[in-house]
Amino acid sequence: MDLSLRNITHHYDEVEVLRDINLDIKQGQIVCIIGPSGCGKSTLLRMIGGLERPASGEVLQLGDPPADCLNPLTYIFQDFALLPWRTVEGNIGLVLEDHKIGAAEREEIIADVLARTKLSEFRSAYPRQLSGGMKQRVAIARALSVRPAVLLMDEPLSALDSQTRELLMDDLVDLWEKENYTACYVTHNLAEAVRLGHKIVVLSRRPGEIHEIVEINMPLSERTNENAELEKIQKRLWNLMRDEARAADMELVNER
Amino acid sequence: MSDKVADGTPMGKPVPFRGGGFLPRSRKIVAPILFIGLVAFWEWGARTGFISPLILPAPSEAFEAFKNLLSSGLLWQHLAASLQRLLIGWFCGTLLGVIVGTMIGLFSVARSGLQPLVSAIFPIPKIALLPLFIIWFGIGEGSKVATILFGTFFPTVIATYGGIDNVDRGLIRMGQSFGLSRMSIIRKIILPGALPAILSGARISAAIAIILLVAAEMIAAEFGVGAYILMAGSLMATDQLITGVAILSCLGLIFAWLIGRAEKYFLKWR
Repeated sequence: MDLSLRNITHHYDEVEVLRDINLDIKQGQIVCIIGPSGCGKSTLLRMIGGLERPASGEVLQLGDPPADCLNPLTYIFQDFALLPWRTVEGNIGLVLEDHKIGAAEREEIIADVLARTKLSEFRSAYPRQLSGGMKQRVAIARALSVRPAVLLMDEPLSALDSQTRELLMDDLVDLWEKENYTACYVTHNLAEAVRLGHKIVVLSRRPGEIHEIVEINMPLSERTNENAELEKIQKRLWNLMRDEARAADMELVNER
Repeated sequence: MSDKVADGTPMGKPVPFRGGGFLPRSRKIVAPILFIGLVAFWEWGARTGFISPLILPAPSEAFEAFKNLLSSGLLWQHLAASLQRLLIGWFCGTLLGVIVGTMIGLFSVARSGLQPLVSAIFPIPKIALLPLFIIWFGIGEGSKVATILFGTFFPTVIATYGGIDNVDRGLIRMGQSFGLSRMSIIRKIILPGALPAILSGARISAAIAIILLVAAEMIAAEFGVGAYILMAGSLMATDQLITGVAILSCLGLIFAWLIGRAEKYFLKWR
């Protein structure tokens, strides 16, 4: 299943936040959206998943999601969004309980995603007992349990310290190698974008417009930390963004 | 810093400690000692005539009165009558309060209509309405239960919708993003999220219930701790009065303890 964004424009009251966004997210591709803070990238992601309605324009699903898919467009949030009163397995169970699947199958799915995210021994832990990285792993397991067609990730690593971020980044790469998931990944971290993105969309400062789309053809497995080519791309992205970021930094915040 | 030893390295002096404090801990032993000390002082004062028995009877006399109450079997009659009113009134008031509070927390129409109404009625002392309740619900159990019900209803409503307002919006959005039904979001995300606030509301409403119980029982009740206190007061039997007040205090402590247990059980995830 592909996604296609057509002429998306949005404003909160008088403030224009997004202007004429056109973008395709192809199956098996990770699309990274980067931009200075307040450029509307999180808003755009909420629109892609149907949590917010654009003032004009539309988000189209091209083709049908796979038949066994329970929740085609599935988010991973920056703040993990785990229920503190449920254990790890309870949090995963939560998103399965509303679907018509038997208890045995549900149990099977939970065991499977916990194994895939190496969380099996933390099944009955409460979120407060887990580190930030583990919490985000639980959120990833929860997202995988509904067999999404597209993963929508809203700065999933931004709340973590840099070592944990490295580890989780490797996990995301490994997972992609194995499962070839489709994803839209919003971040303000350029290193994350060049490490994960097949396509990097640079948004300008408010109102957010597509400034440039950079495609990286190097396979994810070859993208190591000290890669000259990636560093060149990252530098280029930074040059594109620097002035915008500086201007955005000086702006008064008047909404959200 | 100018003190130097022979070889020229500075002597050094420890950095003064200025952290710590502001963290009161409850030490289990202090409260019983204080309590026993106070009662002992009171007893001593009464025996030496330092405290006139007309002003305040000795604790031993109050205890005598308690033993009389116990041996005559009246204690259980008073307690049963009071507890019945208290439990029915508090339970119904809390239940209705949670339901109405949830509606205010979830629906715009309920919020716009009921919230001002609740704010208008909440500050009225419910004791002032007791004569009205007697006309409406009769002079028997009805008016007494209604007073407690009304008194506990409003704080519960306010605690409940306050709790719902404070549920993390991110969690609700997460529920929506996974396609959970509206009912599931309310049952599995919003209500558990509001539970801490609802339970602390229950703590307050339990204390209010006991206050109103006594007030309601002071009018036309044959049995009940409030009636017992009123009777003791009109006979100037201060020893019985102290006994009645002590029973109320114990009742309050037991309620608070029970709610504390409920908090421990339901909020063990915190």
